[in-house]
Amino acid sequence: MNLLRFLNSRNASAPVARERLQILLSHERSLRGQPDLLGVLREEILAVVSRHVVLDPDKVIVKMERGETVSTLEVDIELPNGVEGLREAG
Amino acid sequence: MAKVLVVTSGKGGVGKTTTTAALGASLAQSGQKVVVVDFDVGLRNLDLVMGAERRVVFDLINVVQGVAKLSQALIRDKRLDNLWLLPASQTRDKDALTDEGVGTIIEELRTKFDWIICDSPAGIERGATLAMRYADEAVIVTNPEVSSVRDSDRIIGMLDSKTVKAEKGEQVKKHILITRYDSARASRGEMLTIEDILEILATPLLGIIPESQEVLRASNVGTPVTLNSATSAPARAYNDAARRLMGETVTMQVPAERKGLMDRLLGRRAA
Repeated sequence: MNLLRFLNSRNASAPVARERLQILLSHERSLRGQPDLLGVLREEILAVVSRHVVLDPDKVIVKMERGETVSTLEVDIELPNGVEGLREAG
Repeated sequence: MAKVLVVTSGKGGVGKTTTTAALGASLAQSGQKVVVVDFDVGLRNLDLVMGAERRVVFDLINVVQGVAKLSQALIRDKRLDNLWLLPASQTRDKDALTDEGVGTIIEELRTKFDWIICDSPAGIERGATLAMRYADEAVIVTNPEVSSVRDSDRIIGMLDSKTVKAEKGEQVKKHILITRYDSARASRGEMLTIEDILEILATPLLGIIPESQEVLRASNVGTPVTLNSATSAPARAYNDAARRLMGETVTMQVPAERKGLMDRLLGRRAA
């Protein structure tokens, strides 16, 4: 039986399922009842930037990568060169 | 004292209605007075699985709106004298179900029955939240599959925060019921094991229902699986689960269909 289990362990997908679930659920549980952090950060960052620059919504890319201990938020904003994209100061 | 039990899951298609019918029939067979209540407004199906689809006159919403009395809407099972069904309505207006209306009906049912089993719709919308709202206990039906386990976790969070019990600082007693389990596949590492699921969800186990063709056969003919093939593996598993709900201690096992020769030679055990 153990030999069989060993032979099968190479293509066993259940341990992967288990690990993915554990990471995902520990994250989701920590956010339960909290405001959507990613959403809040994205909106506030974009609000600050758009105070100075005219933003094209299609040129803003937000990515989130969740890890076991840390997560990263990547905000990629394409800024136009020259003066036409800048907002008037004041 | 009457107990309100919600059968819920978040995810659709995992076996909530099958479970409601099977547990309801099993409890009724043990002499308990049981009503199964369909909360899936707009998509009722418990009547069909119970074989009472042609006897529905009034429904839950008629009672909430005062169009019919509770006693007029309750349908008595033809096989078991102490099993009753309160069907959902086919109306598309889900707002017809109100918190207050459901509360009133549940209170009235508490005076008449030992068990009020609420069959929750899938999802986390109004129907699902109202089905669990007044529950004393919850059966969370989970398949050994990632999306089902994730949704169960979400539902557990709701049971701990959105129910009347939770708001009073008490706890809904929660049980995991694993359905469609295939112990051979789990032992080969192809399917999450019972231990994996229980560790992730950190909730006690009520029972393990093996994958079986008897479940589909029972719904085809409109009879709860515990009545349709009483000695089959899923029926025995549901009967054990029902006994645990009544407070009995029953050894946990995966009831097996007849083992194949290969399984026996290789000595595969239930996980």
